[in-house]
Amino acid sequence: MSLSVKHLLGIRDLQRQDIELIFQTAREFKEVLQRPIKKVPTLRDTTIVNVFFENSTRTRISFELAEKRLGADTINFSASGSSVSKGETLIDTVNNILSMKVDMVVMRHSASGAPHFLAKHIDVPILNAGDGINEHPTQALLDAFSIKEKLGSIEGRKIAICGDIMHSRVALSNIYCLKKLGAEVTVVGPPTLIPKYLESALGVNVTYNMREALQWADVANVLRIQLERQNTPLFSSLREYAIAYGINRKLLDSLQKDIVIMHPGPINRGVELSSDVADSGHSIILDQVENGVAVRMAALYLLAGKQAS
Amino acid sequence: MKTILNGKQLSITIDRLCHQLIENHLQFEQTVLIGLQPRGIFLSDRIYNTLRKLLPDAKIQYGKLDITFYRDDFNKGKGLHVPNETSIEFSIENKKVILIDDVLYTGRTIRSALDAMLDFGRPASVELLTLIDRRFSRQLPIQPDYTGRTIDAFISQKVKVLWEERDGKDEVILVD
Repeated sequence: MSLSVKHLLGIRDLQRQDIELIFQTAREFKEVLQRPIKKVPTLRDTTIVNVFFENSTRTRISFELAEKRLGADTINFSASGSSVSKGETLIDTVNNILSMKVDMVVMRHSASGAPHFLAKHIDVPILNAGDGINEHPTQALLDAFSIKEKLGSIEGRKIAICGDIMHSRVALSNIYCLKKLGAEVTVVGPPTLIPKYLESALGVNVTYNMREALQWADVANVLRIQLERQNTPLFSSLREYAIAYGINRKLLDSLQKDIVIMHPGPINRGVELSSDVADSGHSIILDQVENGVAVRMAALYLLAGKQAS
Repeated sequence: MKTILNGKQLSITIDRLCHQLIENHLQFEQTVLIGLQPRGIFLSDRIYNTLRKLLPDAKIQYGKLDITFYRDDFNKGKGLHVPNETSIEFSIENKKVILIDDVLYTGRTIRSALDAMLDFGRPASVELLTLIDRRFSRQLPIQPDYTGRTIDAFISQKVKVLWEERDGKDEVILVD
């Protein structure tokens, strides 16, 4: 058994069996993380570089921990303070790193398609840690893994993806992943933040009414408003957004049902989620973070093994 | 194809191994059983269940260990192994551990198992129980403490252990 892909560039390229293999492997890594010694020697002959051209807290720490727990050597590169500011190209930068005998690349980039471009020019496996507004595959995998862990299954479950769909790589990867696993997906948000083609292209339901979406859903995956990617204002103010699309205790209580609340972080408290919801029993936000390490270990392990076979 | 142990012989052998364990470990107060995933589990389940019948008052601790992440052939072009469940719900610190696997061949699995097990604590001692010992084929200096049957076989031959639960009948066979 191995993955059908050489790189993890997006969920779009994966088969359902790939996703299930990653989950199966991640489940055992999660057990490793509960042990007194939370580390295995599997990748001790592997060196991995984390190339981050964009800011990150969770993803970067999560990848680095996953690599260390697998016994790999890691090096970190961030664009700020590097020779990128002197005008070095992406391929040159990465090739220089690889010539120091590095075996895998984890990359985040603000340009959509940057890892796909890189994959055409280098030989080692690449893990996409988020590219622009395209995909963030490991986030979608850990989200789906967390849903499966919480609800027992994904097939036939109703998942609402809420908020800034347009600028969210998490949304796109989640849609691909959940659809491949047989879930029903609804996206909800202001019309200006939902791309027009989404319904027909990806087979998801679209609604602009948050209450309606939550009433329907088993799980709400709430996204952050990405102000840094909005060049022109797409809604009038954060306050107005919070009133129309923010999820608070009162709204949840009025649904009179159980619903699982997820968020990929970082949370804008008081905007898309109020604190009493983010910290409530409905929320599995911190479980997502915990599962992130195990899921990334699985992805790294399977890609490293793929390279050899 | 040749039968090494038929169903009846297999059952007698497992009973005998259990009595040997009791001889050395009495009530299993300081002793724990650990079966190796995936194939050793069928044997360790049988041993655990037989010991419970023989020692109804003893509280025997029994865990399962997967060694996939400790293999020495990862990245050596041998394909990728899918991991199985590990469940060791007790401390092995200062305990006498009995590792259980079905076939002892090169010894590499046991080497991995020792590494994997030591990440759970420092046992007082470790013993190895195997159903079939393929002697003269070891690649590492590892020997069993309890053996069901010792056999000589060519490298080209394979030992297959069949279990009622999985294969519909109990039998150990040598396949050419």
